[in-house]
Amino acid sequence: MNVRSAIHFTSAALTLAMLALTPPATAADKIDPVADAKAFQKFFTDKFPKLKPEDFANGPYSMNEDLHRQWVEKEQFPPYEFSLEMGKEMFSTPFKNGKSYADCFPNKGIGIRQNYPYFDDKEGKVITLELALNRCREANGEPQLSYVRDEMAALTAYMAFTSRGKAFDIKIPNDPRAIEAYQSGKEYFYTRRGQFNFSCATCHVQSPGERIRAEVLAPALGILNAMPIYRSEWSGMGTTSRRFTTCNSQIRGVPLNPQDDEYRNLEYYLSYVSNGLPISGPGARP
Amino acid sequence: MASTIRVRATSTGDITEVQALIQHPMDSGFVKDAKGEIIPAHFIQQLTFEYEGKPVFVADWGGGISKDPYVKFAFKGGKKGDDLKVSWVDNKGATDTTTAKIV
Repeated sequence: MNVRSAIHFTSAALTLAMLALTPPATAADKIDPVADAKAFQKFFTDKFPKLKPEDFANGPYSMNEDLHRQWVEKEQFPPYEFSLEMGKEMFSTPFKNGKSYADCFPNKGIGIRQNYPYFDDKEGKVITLELALNRCREANGEPQLSYVRDEMAALTAYMAFTSRGKAFDIKIPNDPRAIEAYQSGKEYFYTRRGQFNFSCATCHVQSPGERIRAEVLAPALGILNAMPIYRSEWSGMGTTSRRFTTCNSQIRGVPLNPQDDEYRNLEYYLSYVSNGLPISGPGARP
Repeated sequence: MASTIRVRATSTGDITEVQALIQHPMDSGFVKDAKGEIIPAHFIQQLTFEYEGKPVFVADWGGGISKDPYVKFAFKGGKKGDDLKVSWVDNKGATDTTTAKIV
């Protein structure tokens, strides 16, 4: 037997062996969030064997030693502090009708960040924290806030701060609409778009820890745990909505509107696969 | 309104290390807003740290300093429990002062 046919023989044997191991095709078609999340987390922990699971919530700082040193120093005087204080003040200031944000949320809005986004079975859609905050304002006759910055970021910063260390606990109820929302979020995450033909996964699954020009890419695992973030590049705070829209324009795609269904589903998917990782927001990023 | 200045001063015996974060827009006067109009210059001109009535650190700043600036320095002397006074004046005449205890 010559070398080539030996290789052919081996690969044929391997294929056969793999076929024998592969579960029936129907199982592969089934949407299984639990298995997804497990595989997703395993991918990152295998890729970065030195990191502890909670390190992923600190994104690029866990990928690069220099950045980590700078960050430790920066955290003594975190740039999000002013925003945090503003959020605290906004949160405790009642609306004109005397009610406040605390009345709109379970546990008065304290320590609940890890449960958002959740699937609302009445509406049949995903409700994110930012959306819930604006709905709370609307219900109390207050004008809506911009989804991308300042006030909204201040509010979510405060709510994240009160939930620091609590593990993401996103639930997918046994409802076909919830599973569909999860699946469509996953599809959005892996679909290429824009002139650069990048998907979210191109940067945040394929290349975390590598540089994109001067910046170190964050891993998708735990990427939402630090939201909202103070970005030095923005010289200001940004919400999850802001991160999604700017990501889309950076790949030269056309961003959707903040809190469009696609983004809500995406947030649902990304948060779900980071279940178990602690909330570390508000964060600071270069 | 809450103070625009955050200070932390730690004494190691001979040396006091000071860190401060100041909330200020620090507009250079060269940037346009979304409507294309110049955002007028608005920046801190002088920042002073005083210990026992004497300045230990004075910075003459301009539009080249970033928004919400951060400062870190150390000076000889300074005892735990003593006061460190921080103040700034900007080009519009606004000012803020705070006093921190050295720890």
